Order: sequence, then C-alpha cells, then structure tokens
Amino acid sequence: MTYLRKSWYALPNLLRFVVRRLFVGALLCLGITFVSFALTQVVPGDPVSANLGDRAASDPEIVAAFRARYGLDQPIPQQYALYLERLVHGDLGESQQTHRPVTTDLSQYLPATIELASAAMILALVIGISLGVLAAIARDRWPDQIIRVISLAGVSVPTFWLALVTFYVFFFKLGIAPGVGRLNPGGKAPPSITNMFTIDALLAGQWATFGIALSHIVLPAAVLAIYTIGSITRFTRAAMLESLSQDYVRAARAKGLPTRTVILRHALRPALAAIVTVAGMAFGRMLSGTVLVESVFSWPGIGQYAYKSALALDLRAIMGVSLVVAVIYILVNMAVDLIYAFIDPRIRLG
Amino acid sequence: MAERQPLLAIEGLTISLPTADGGRASAVRGVDLSIGEGEIVGLAGESGSGKTLSALAVLGLLPGGAKTGGMIHFAGRELSAADGRAQAELRGKDVAMVFQDPMTALHPMLSVGRQMTEHLVFHRKIGRAEADKIAIDMLERVRIPNPRAAMARFPHQFSGGMRQRIAIASALVTGPKLLIADEPTTALDVTVQAGILRLIEQLRRELKLSVLLITHDLGVMSALADRVYVMYAGRVVERGARAEVLARPRHPYTRGLLDALPHGSPSDHPLTALPGSPPAIGRFPAGCAFHPRCRFAEDICRADIPELRDVQPGRAIACPVDPLSAVPA
Ligand SMILES: Nc1ncnc2c1ncn2[C@@H]1O[C@H](COP(=O)(O)OP(=O)(O)OP(=O)(O)O)[C@@H](O)[C@H]1O
Ligand SMILES: [Mg+2]
Repeated sequence: MTYLRKSWYALPNLLRFVVRRLFVGALLCLGITFVSFALTQVVPGDPVSANLGDRAASDPEIVAAFRARYGLDQPIPQQYALYLERLVHGDLGESQQTHRPVTTDLSQYLPATIELASAAMILALVIGISLGVLAAIARDRWPDQIIRVISLAGVSVPTFWLALVTFYVFFFKLGIAPGVGRLNPGGKAPPSITNMFTIDALLAGQWATFGIALSHIVLPAAVLAIYTIGSITRFTRAAMLESLSQDYVRAARAKGLPTRTVILRHALRPALAAIVTVAGMAFGRMLSGTVLVESVFSWPGIGQYAYKSALALDLRAIMGVSLVVAVIYILVNMAVDLIYAFIDPRIRLG
Repeated sequence: MAERQPLLAIEGLTISLPTADGGRASAVRGVDLSIGEGEIVGLAGESGSGKTLSALAVLGLLPGGAKTGGMIHFAGRELSAADGRAQAELRGKDVAMVFQDPMTALHPMLSVGRQMTEHLVFHRKIGRAEADKIAIDMLERVRIPNPRAAMARFPHQFSGGMRQRIAIASALVTGPKLLIADEPTTALDVTVQAGILRLIEQLRRELKLSVLLITHDLGVMSALADRVYVMYAGRVVERGARAEVLARPRHPYTRGLLDALPHGSPSDHPLTALPGSPPAIGRFPAGCAFHPRCRFAEDICRADIPELRDVQPGRAIACPVDPLSAVPA
C-alpha cells in the first residue's frame, strides 16, 4: 500500500490529474447508467406498443419474441447486470428502432453533432472574444454600445425561433443558403473516418465535398452559436475591463510595448483563463441546444436520434445517448481544467 | 552641489481629471521639477498630493480623460505634456518605471524571462538568445540567485523583495537613462526595504542612472536622494538639497512630515505630528492649500496661492510667512 502510494506521488502532476479525473469520470458514468436505466423503467409507456404495430402487438407470440430479443422478459436487476456486462465489452445493446447496435448508430449521429457544436463553438469563441475585447477597449463609446446591443440580443433570442427565421430568410427569401442536411440531396459522403464530413473530406482531399459540407454547416452553426456569442462577449468585456485596470497592464505600457501586444498578451491572457471556463459550460449547453437546431435544419445528429428514441421508448438508445453525453461533459470539463492550468501557471493540477 | 545638465525638466505641469459629476478637478497645479544626469531626486508628500500623476505624465500614461498642460524636456528633446503620443517614444527605452506593489506589477501568467525580454526584443530589434543573455546579466546585477533558472520561473515563485528586484531589472534591461520608482518599498517588509534602496543606489552608480524616487515617507529617501521635492495638493511646496531639507525644513508642511516620522526625528522641537488629513482633489482650500493644517497660518495664506521662491541657493519654498527661517539647526 505504501509502495503504491509512493509510486502514485512519483507520477507527474499532469498524469496524476488525468488518471484521477478519468477514474472519477468512470464512477460518474456508472451512476449515469444506473439513473438512466431506472428512469427508463419508471416512465409510463410500454416499449412493446411503442415499437410494434397494433396488429403485431396483439399477437402474444410476436410480443414474447420481441421481449426475449431485447431481454425485456428478464427480471429488472438482471437486465441491468446484463447491460453493464455488455457495456464493459463496448456493447450498448441494440436499438429497437433501427435494429442496429446502438454503438453503430452513435458512431453515425454523434460525429454530426460534434461537428456542428464544434463549428458553433469556434464561431462563438472567435466572434465573442473579438467583440468583447473591442467593447472593453472602446468602453462606453459607440462601438461598446453597439456591441452591448448585439450581445444582449444574442442571449435573449430563442434559438428555435432564430433557427426558423434564419432558415426562412437565407434559404427561401435570399436563396443563398444551401438546403437542409449535411450535404446536397443525393450528395456522396466522403470516406468514413471521423464521420465529420468536413474533416473527412479534407482528409480525403475532396475539396468540392468539403466546400459543400462547410456551406451546409455554416447556418446551423451560426444559429447554435448566437447565444454563446452573446454570453462570451459579455464575459470577455468584463474580464478585459478587469485586467486592463491591473498594475501589470500599466507596467506593460510603461515598458513601451505596442498597444496590440499589451492588449493581446498582457490583458487578454488572464481574461482567457476565465473565458475558458465559461466556454466549457457553453459547450455543454450547446449539446442540448442542438436538439432544436438539428430538427429545423434536418441535421442527422445525436439530438434528433435522442428525440426519436425517447418517443419510441427505445431504452438501449436512450441509455447510450445519456452515457455518451455524460462522457463528453466529463472530457470537456477535464479539458477546461487542463487549458486553465496551461494558461495560468499559478494553478496546480491535482 | 555641482551644477549638472538636467536630463529631465518638467515645466509648469498641470493635470486635471474628470470628476464623477461631469466636471473637472485640478490634481496637479503647476509643477516644475528637474533631474540631473546621474542624480537621485526624491519626490515626497502625503497620499493624493499628485506624485504618481506627475510621474505618469512624463510617460504619457495618465488615466483616460486626464488633461495636461506644461512642457517636458528630456535629453534635449522638448515634448508638450498635452501630447501623450510624444511621450510614448520615451517609454521603456529612455524612461522606465517601477511600481509600488511588485505582487501586482509583474504579470502573474508570464515567465520572468518573457517579462524581462519582450520589450528588449521590441526596442532593440534583437534575437531571443541575445535578449536572454542581456536579461540574465541584469538579473545577476540585481542579485537574483541562479538567474538562468529564474528566467523560466513565474513571479509567484519569488518573495516580494525578489519580485521587486525582478521588476527593477526588467525596467532597466533596455538601458534607460531615467528610472521612475513609485514607492518601490512601500509594499515590502521593513527588512527588505533597505536592500531595495541600496540596490537603487548601486544601480545609479553602475549604470549612471538618474532616478526619480517617489515616496510619502521622507525617511525612506533620507540616505538616498541628492535633492528632494515636497508636494502638497498638486504643488511643490519645498525643494532643496536632501541633507538641508531634512535637517532644516523651511516649509511648515515639510517640518510636519518629518516630525510625523515614527523615529529619528531630526529635531526635537515641540511641533507635533501633522493634524488633519490632506484635501481631496476638487476640494483644495483657497490660498495656500496647507493653511487649514498650519499653525503659522496668517491672513495672507488664505488669500493667495504662494509661489515657490528661492530662499537660499538651490533652496525654494512656497510659504509667504517662512516661520522656520530663524529656527536653529
Ligand atoms: N484614475 C484616476 N481617476 C480619478 N482620480 C484620480 C485618478 N488617479 C489619481 N486620482 C486622484 O488624483 C489625486 C492625486 O493622485 P496621485 O496618485 O498622483 O497621488 P499620490 O501623490 O501618488 O498619492 P499616493 O501616495 O496615494 O500614491 C488623488 O486625489 C487621486 O484620488
Ligand atoms: Mg502614488
């Protein structure tokens, strides 16, 4: 035991931090499986009638076969134990709707959502931080006022409504947006590597496909990003005002550094440390926000998949989605802490 | 004192600041100040007397909304105080500044090496390696142990005294002619204060540096400054050679400051410590701003703002009464 403890503390901080967080994360995931399993048991509704047609549902033999196939005939604790056992082997069970392994479904839908949310996050960070910095520099002058209105609008507009309006305007009225979906109708997906079409197209060197995939993602990503642009702008402005008033910024000016360096290196850096935390939380909110945006833009992502699974009481799919979303949350949080520690050397991981 | 060519001469500096109610208030009201080459000049006065603002005006770093007047001469160049852009030329290259609190004046997230070299690389257009070498030499000069390793560390890994040494090294690494040190020891433990002051004296000698040493504690500069200026409510009230001013203050305010020192009062005349507190900007009393706290005040003190006038060679006071002229040493 003491040997174990000694070798544990001999590990580098970073590694200890990652191992500890992954361990806690695994426990958390176990809890998630339990809760989501319990929830699927207590919600009213019968997966049999939700999945079989009326006629099939009235045939006892078919019902029995359906129950046996999905393990629904077993006692509940056994069902859970069986689920966990398969989970360890990377098997999330079979979806009752698609009749495919849930892992197969997830590997198709999840990348679409990650691609969408990442694009939105990049937009939100670039635009939000730029606007926030501008607003802080121009404090109380007209650019600041304009940016304040923009960011307020961003956090006030309902995403679903915005999705409908932008789609209507850019597609029907202006005709400059491509249609819904990830590619043009009948378009051929790039060779499947990450299942994020923009990245796969790049990897395969298919420039035309990349352009099409990119043009399809811009509008939904922008809609998804609007709220986060607003909140990151406001947050960046406040953090920049705070750091611009610090002694070390005045000291940087006294050293005769160009204004650009003072702002981007000395003032923005401490602000970034705080922004990363906000961005991490925003990413989580985006993942749930995708449900609405995906449905308006027919984006075949995890939000759509979760929504359909919930309607169909597709237990394995619901649990798979919960688990994978939990894993993403855990990883994002860990990444936030790592980036934070990277930006601020005073932070000790552990 | 030998006549020296002034490196910096401030003439008729005025600074006004916007007030909360939309008006303006004078904070600095006609300050003349000069520093010779290789000279250490002390600038003393209670909080709010305008010491920091005057220094920031030299660097063109006054807070937004400040309006300035007067002239600044630096090494043969003539700059209008109102044109902050002209002063930007001096910043970091010719004039460097060290601030009061080394805990907050060094950037907490940038390595010592980065903070030592970024302006050096920018001003001199030299490479990283060369800048590192100059920076390490300078850290060694201010007696940072193991300077090479210190370059890779961060400010929070050093004590307050060490940080102030690093801040001084960073200010001087570009070879400026003038160092403005704004209360460089106020935030430090008493035990390390003397070390920092000795370091400034040493650097002045070795680097032929001129120093403007700002402090509200006349005791701090007693060993260091060649000449001192005493400010009150945005004006200079006394100026002269340090030894004389400290031994025989001629302005009642200077005398009050000296008597308020906790120990080592240079004379044992029964003048008690300064009563009351200095006025805030916008509320400077008419006439001599010090008269409400002055036990020698006469009618004339309430009427006119006294001009700084020479009373001895190299010695000037802004006091029409001059009650201490006859006081023996
Ligand atoms: N940014 C600012 N905005 C408004 N008023 C200011 C600002 N900076 C300084 N002042 C005011 O100007 C006056 C002079 O300030 P200054 O900082 O020059 O004083 P000081 O002599 O350096 O005092 P201290 O010993 O406290 O540093 C003070 O009354 C202060 O309140
Ligand atoms: Mg000050």
